[in-house]
Amino acid sequence: MTVPVTLAAAGAVSFPVLPALILVPLLGALLVIVMPRRRPELLKLVAVSVSVVTGAMSVWLFTAFDTGVTGFQFGTEQVWIRDLGISWLLGIDGISLFLVVLTGLLFPISLLAVDPDHHSRSYYAWMLVLEAAVMGVFCSLDLLVFFLCFEAVLVPMYFLIGRWGHGDSARAATKFFLYTMAGSALMLVGILALAFMHADAAGEALTFDLVAIAEAQSLSTGAARWIFLAFALAFAVKVPIFPLHTWLPDAHTEAPTAGSVILAGVLLKLGTYGFLRFGLYLFPEASHFFAPVFLTLGVVGIVYGAVVATMQRDLKRLVAYSSVAHLGFIILGTFSLNTEGLEGSLLQMVNHGVSTGALFLLVGMIYERRHTRQIDELGGLQKSAPVMAAVFTLVMLSSIGLPGLNGFVGEFLILLGAFNAHRWWAVVAASGVILAALYLLWAYQRVFHGPAHGDNAEMPDLRIREGLVLAPLLALIVFMGVYPKPVIERMEPAVDALVEHIERNVDGFIEPVSRMGADIDPDDGDHDSHGEG
Amino acid sequence: MLDLIWLVPGLPLAGFLVLTVAGRRIGEPGAGWLATGALTGSFLVTVGVHLDLAGRAVDDRRSVTTLFEWVPAGDLSVDVGFLVDPLALTMCLFITGVGALIHMYAIGYMHGDVDFGRFFAYMNLFAFAMLMLVLGDSLLLTFLGWEGVGACSYLLISFWFTDEANASAGKKAFITNRIGDWGFMVAMFATFFAFGSLDYVDVLDAAAAGTVAQTTATLIAVMLFVGAVGKSAQFPLHLWLPDAMAGPTPVSALIHAATMVTSGVYLLTRVNPLIADAAGWVPDMIAWVGVGTALFAATAALAQTDIKKVLAYSTISQLGYMFLAVGTGAYVAAVFHMITHAFFKALLFLGAGSVIHGMDGDQDLRHYGGLRRFMPVTATTFIIGWLAIAGVPPFAGFWSKDEILAFAWDRSPALWLVGLVTAVLTAFYMTRQVALTFFGRYRYPEPRTGGEDPATVAARADHRPHESPLTMTLPLVVLAVLAIGGGLMQLPFSSSTKRLEAWLEPSLFGNEVHLGLGAGTQWVLAAVAVVGGAVGIALALVVYLQRRISDRAIERPLLADAWRFDRYVSGFMGGPGRRGFEATTRFDERVVDGAVWGVAGIVSRTAGVLRLFHNGMVRTYAAGIGVGAVALLIWFLTRSTL
Repeated sequence: MTVPVTLAAAGAVSFPVLPALILVPLLGALLVIVMPRRRPELLKLVAVSVSVVTGAMSVWLFTAFDTGVTGFQFGTEQVWIRDLGISWLLGIDGISLFLVVLTGLLFPISLLAVDPDHHSRSYYAWMLVLEAAVMGVFCSLDLLVFFLCFEAVLVPMYFLIGRWGHGDSARAATKFFLYTMAGSALMLVGILALAFMHADAAGEALTFDLVAIAEAQSLSTGAARWIFLAFALAFAVKVPIFPLHTWLPDAHTEAPTAGSVILAGVLLKLGTYGFLRFGLYLFPEASHFFAPVFLTLGVVGIVYGAVVATMQRDLKRLVAYSSVAHLGFIILGTFSLNTEGLEGSLLQMVNHGVSTGALFLLVGMIYERRHTRQIDELGGLQKSAPVMAAVFTLVMLSSIGLPGLNGFVGEFLILLGAFNAHRWWAVVAASGVILAALYLLWAYQRVFHGPAHGDNAEMPDLRIREGLVLAPLLALIVFMGVYPKPVIERMEPAVDALVEHIERNVDGFIEPVSRMGADIDPDDGDHDSHGEG
Repeated sequence: MLDLIWLVPGLPLAGFLVLTVAGRRIGEPGAGWLATGALTGSFLVTVGVHLDLAGRAVDDRRSVTTLFEWVPAGDLSVDVGFLVDPLALTMCLFITGVGALIHMYAIGYMHGDVDFGRFFAYMNLFAFAMLMLVLGDSLLLTFLGWEGVGACSYLLISFWFTDEANASAGKKAFITNRIGDWGFMVAMFATFFAFGSLDYVDVLDAAAAGTVAQTTATLIAVMLFVGAVGKSAQFPLHLWLPDAMAGPTPVSALIHAATMVTSGVYLLTRVNPLIADAAGWVPDMIAWVGVGTALFAATAALAQTDIKKVLAYSTISQLGYMFLAVGTGAYVAAVFHMITHAFFKALLFLGAGSVIHGMDGDQDLRHYGGLRRFMPVTATTFIIGWLAIAGVPPFAGFWSKDEILAFAWDRSPALWLVGLVTAVLTAFYMTRQVALTFFGRYRYPEPRTGGEDPATVAARADHRPHESPLTMTLPLVVLAVLAIGGGLMQLPFSSSTKRLEAWLEPSLFGNEVHLGLGAGTQWVLAAVAVVGGAVGIALALVVYLQRRISDRAIERPLLADAWRFDRYVSGFMGGPGRRGFEATTRFDERVVDGAVWGVAGIVSRTAGVLRLFHNGMVRTYAAGIGVGAVALLIWFLTRSTL
């Protein structure tokens, strides 16, 4: 296995599209701020146009992406602080590509779907700043720049939740900010320690270049494990992994609809992406060593999130807890450390963004009409809003993981990968499919079925504009379920390279794959050969 | 013709898409005819493919048509492709054939429904999923159909969603099925682990060649059986099927009698090499669960008063027979009974729907009586269905049930005995249903127990039951003909009359057990079964027509409640189950989130203490600096002296 192609060799693109992904929304935010006060109706137009341009660039990346190349593409490098070895090192591969595309798609959708009821100027500015920061996280290959963007995400999100949210939104925003901030504080220490120790061991100048540090693997096992834990804590809060999840339902519930869509669709992926890109790649041995812990927490999250979701009375809170369960699946697939599991996790990141994003939009539409999200106060809506009910049904079935829709492919690959690696975890995790049906179908029954009384009987159906906003998500739900190949084939080289990287750097570790003709020994639950054994 | 196989699921899918977009605009009855036409088209294509395949040499009767790559990830590669072999085609024939008849019937039955278009869209979607289930060339594609039919079943059971009971029944069906689906998924993981593939051709050929270890085959077979138990409503996952009768009657006939519920039997027949490789107790377990469910459901059917509930328990019971057949290695008999059952049970359900239609929605057997005078076609065809299910020769049900009982005897007389008792009970409860519905006096206008308002009784006096329209009676006639002659496909007299067995042979890998019984034994067994059926019929006539014995002796509340099993399960779910969920939620609020607020509280209190020192008074700071300086000085001094 060769070292991944270096940046200089990859993708000779003349137009620096990755910097543009960050700069365009940032400049858009500036534009929104300096726009003339007399024309407030232009604010939305500008914000949406900027995000559409960014989205178009991300879709272009998808089409221009070379499936035959291992390593990073569209790379650019701009030295920032030479003495400290910090530079704007940007590049994407099959792991980050889809998160960039997802970000590019979800921002215009959420900007189009919901108008803020006050202070539109700062709302649009913060949304665009948020988009720039998220793009920065997914594109940066320099540890400090990554950290900067990772933290920069918090500020716009804090204001979006706090100022445009519902209910006790200031409290939820503060909880969100402090909780995730506390998590990432240790990561900064970890990044610094990693860079200095790497420079020492390699006898080179200080660098924060992800690829250089990861390929060198110059740390001792003990040091790597400790630093891995510092990273893992930051990511675990962000995902969130049980039991660090309680900021999520509060933030989701109190956030404005667009905030919830972005929070679920993109921000939760910062943690899972972090595990894949930084956890597994920088610390293969530590990831393998601690895998049982994360697998267990993933499975707990699947079952626990679903159980708690079932008993929620607030529809938005229910969707929020369903995210805990879905992200448990992603963690399970990630720490299966094989191609099927990792690809399933990546797919599930995209699928969760699409399906949960659509669910939040729908809940937002119900709230806008009925001014309540309490499940008890809704009911019989299918009579008054049949089209909305049909759309909700489709999204619900996708979230439940019905084959033929997007949710299934990711979930199935995750469980398949997990079974090859750690059989009993997969068997327990698969029960999540029963629980998912339980909480979603029960909620659907209480909201849409039954007789409609009072305002529920008069609720207006989906409007054309709302339908158009949902349409791209519904199309993705069907397309990714029926024909996921274009997505998977773009992931495969990067995922394969990552698995080989782990195999190379963990003694005695062989990718847990299917063993043809092998016997399943009921007493032996773990076919993963441990390096220490 | 084989290249056109994609049209078989493709036409109903196209029908679904058209009806989803324009169902409302097409309206009634166009939407119904469009859906019926789509399925009729698939039927014709299936017949064409069938003839094509039958014209080939026996070992050339299996072919895979690949459309496109579905999930290529890592070592897994699953295509969307169709495995066309005798078993799949046999399934397709009766799914599309019976399905088209039921679609046509529904045009009359659903007349006037506000959601006419939506109904037929779901029906076509169901047909598509069911055909994917049987035609899929891998376990994963079968699972796509498997879950798809489950989702359609959910949508159609709760079709009249404004009624809470219907909505709950739909949800219950989906969730109970998902328990089975869990088993199916685990089976797929294990299959992929052991074979590195999910394609039937790879897996079954390897298993038939004996390359798979027994424990592996056992695990896969048992987990697939769990899936089959859920889908085919076997004990203890049968709970959803009686409730599923909340759906419109054509749905009950198509999904909950003729096709979807037989998927479990299809699946186990499909993977017969894996069952053959599994431990010996696996087939025994399948047989005993089957025959036990058959007996259990038959006893429950004795005391049902809802015309559709009788048929629902009867379906569970008949599916039990099919599992008994699979467990005894009589795969041909299982498929044979599946087909004849599709004919006569679809007929009975549609007949029941016709009765309900004529009685303005009343489903209570006790309110019927003497209806043969009002609806002659429905009555005649229903009686044919009754004779078929009761095992009266030469109707279709006799031949298939007789074959299953012969295999049961060959395996174990105990299995046979339970099967025979079930057959007697079947004859009894079906006779009861026919007697209460079509014979005796016309009881509809009579006052009912429970002290009715005289005005209500008077309002019923003018009611005249009416025969159903031609769209409904024509399918009844066609199905009645099939219920009479369906046995012709597999007569036990010689190897040349066992046409189904010869046809299915390439799909069974030689795993079909060959009966070790002499012709004499078989004649005796058949005679005993016929006598048993006759006794059941005669007893029921004594009770329900001659009224010589009170029906209270038979219709026990315990039986009407299906041995209270559902009550216990819902009691557990609503009681300890719900409390457990609530406790977890409270744990999340108080302990997990509480800890977060606790940490926040500690930070805040610590900060509060530290804040005392930052009081902005220079004297305090100066004092602090002074104390610190002295302490440092002492420390340095003590260290340097050492």
